[in-house]
Amino acid sequence: MELVVASAVGVLTSGGVYLILRLRSFPVILGLALLSYAVNVFLFSSGRFAIDQSPILSPYGDASYTDPLPQALVLTAIVISFGMTAVLVMVGLGAYLESDDDRIDLGRPDTEADAEDAPR
Amino acid sequence: MNHWIIAPVVLPALLAPLIAFVMRHDISVARAASVAGTLALLAISIGLTVLAAGGETHLYRLGDWPAPFGIVLVLDRLSALMVLLTSTLATIVLIHAIATGWDARGRHFHALFQFQLMGICGAFLTGDIFNLFVFFEVLLIASYGLMIHSGGRERMRAGLQYVVMNLAGSTLFLFALGTLYASTGTLNIADLAVRVAAIPAEEAALVRVAAILLMIVFAVKAALFPVQFWLPATYSNAPAPVAALFAIMTKVGAYAILRINTIAFGPGIEGTEGLTGTWLFPAAIVTIAVGAFGVLGARRLMPLIAFSAVGSMGTLLVAVAIFSPEATTAALYYIVHSTFAAAALFLVADLVMSRRGGDALVAIPATAQNGLFAALFFAAAIGMAGMPPLSGFLGKLLVLDALRDPGQMAWAWSAVLIGSLLTIVGFARAGSTLFWKATAMPARDPATYSDIAPARPAEIVPAMAAVAALAALAVFAGPVSRYLEGTTAQLFDRTGYVTSVLGQDGED
Repeated sequence: MELVVASAVGVLTSGGVYLILRLRSFPVILGLALLSYAVNVFLFSSGRFAIDQSPILSPYGDASYTDPLPQALVLTAIVISFGMTAVLVMVGLGAYLESDDDRIDLGRPDTEADAEDAPR
Repeated sequence: MNHWIIAPVVLPALLAPLIAFVMRHDISVARAASVAGTLALLAISIGLTVLAAGGETHLYRLGDWPAPFGIVLVLDRLSALMVLLTSTLATIVLIHAIATGWDARGRHFHALFQFQLMGICGAFLTGDIFNLFVFFEVLLIASYGLMIHSGGRERMRAGLQYVVMNLAGSTLFLFALGTLYASTGTLNIADLAVRVAAIPAEEAALVRVAAILLMIVFAVKAALFPVQFWLPATYSNAPAPVAALFAIMTKVGAYAILRINTIAFGPGIEGTEGLTGTWLFPAAIVTIAVGAFGVLGARRLMPLIAFSAVGSMGTLLVAVAIFSPEATTAALYYIVHSTFAAAALFLVADLVMSRRGGDALVAIPATAQNGLFAALFFAAAIGMAGMPPLSGFLGKLLVLDALRDPGQMAWAWSAVLIGSLLTIVGFARAGSTLFWKATAMPARDPATYSDIAPARPAEIVPAMAAVAALAALAVFAGPVSRYLEGTTAQLFDRTGYVTSVLGQDGED
């Protein structure tokens, strides 16, 4: 179980880091989504693994239980990263439609020629 | 339990949806509600500052669950000071945005503005590190909307970069929190202080990893080298009033570094002592250099100011990195100063740019009220560069005075002093190109420029208020620094913080 989770986090993170270093906005958005999956799995495992246990302390005997707090943290993180990805897609779409180009870098806005197009 | 402590979070949180859903079709109603809400926030934060001035740490337990099981808000002198700074800046920026009509150039400015205030105030007040993450996300998601307010090609592309950078930062924040929870089993800051202190040095490797990850996350927010590169592009392409409001956002990062590394990983804790400062100090020195060279090389006004903001964050973080009471007092003074200095520059730049029709640093014939804008720009630039008589000089003096350790003195003094010199040169060159050379050129044909009216008093007053805040900070430097010394003493009193949050049985 440890091996599966650890390699899942590792593969997702490395894929995500590779993709956010790309030049086009679509791979970058996918990369951030992969990173957020990786961090969700990572957070989930931060409370130690307790397979097939309920997240409730049992008053009857010394039955072990799984830590409920990471589950709550993951739920918050999932909601936030889901919303953020939606915002990111909309901003990326807006930038693409405004400039007919989905490159993620800015070029050189500090030159005189581009200064004419600079926002006011 | 004083319920006013949560008011700076609840008030904007209730007002923002009301503005977005009920007042979306009438900008004047939205303006009135937004100004009233921000003024109420200012009044509340003054009240909280008076409450906290007694030196007691006030606790607000949400749902009355005892810490560390429930989420708590903590009001001490530092968080009260930061909330007061936020609401003062917000009032100035909001009046400027309304007077210049920026808020009507896109949709939902006021709703996003209030959500932004909610996130910032929450981040300053919270006593729980996961809650800090949530408030970071609230302030970031509002800032994404404000950053691309009114659109445009360059602004949308810079906005996309800004969002990507901060989403990567948020992911890193979650990794840090996961590591911290796995190694300590808590996310309450006071409880963290107890648990981390109990970990022996040889077993603290995971905690040290988490501490460094957290420092990187906050460094992204605070624009520290090598993760400062998003700031110039973002600030120079954001609407100028939004850039002025963003002056407080870098301070959220500095505040978080200060808070976490004094309470949880602070001096005297065996496992993590001196860890953050070791990395923070050289990075801050390089940040000063990046800011100074950027100011010198900028060919547009907005990047020039953005780079000077990077440089001021460098000076601030040099003082933060020492984690001694004197240096922290200097850092707190510099936080207040550099917030108003950056805001004043962005507001003046907005007035100048809207009359010149762009922010390129080239000489064009003088526009209306050239002398007035030159004077305002001069005053704000003096404040930012750190020359007397404004508070920048005193702030840098305090920072230099606190850095007397032989190992750090040579690096810090030369970086701050040479950086200041380069900043002065950059601002002098920009100011003379913008305002001085303009008077030597043939006057404009009044017929072609008749559409540009002289600035109304309401447009100039906010920029003047920001400059006046710098002057007041210099005049009342004595009382202010005495108050800040008390703030620092409270911040470094870890036992006091832990006892007030966890109760008398805080050792458990």
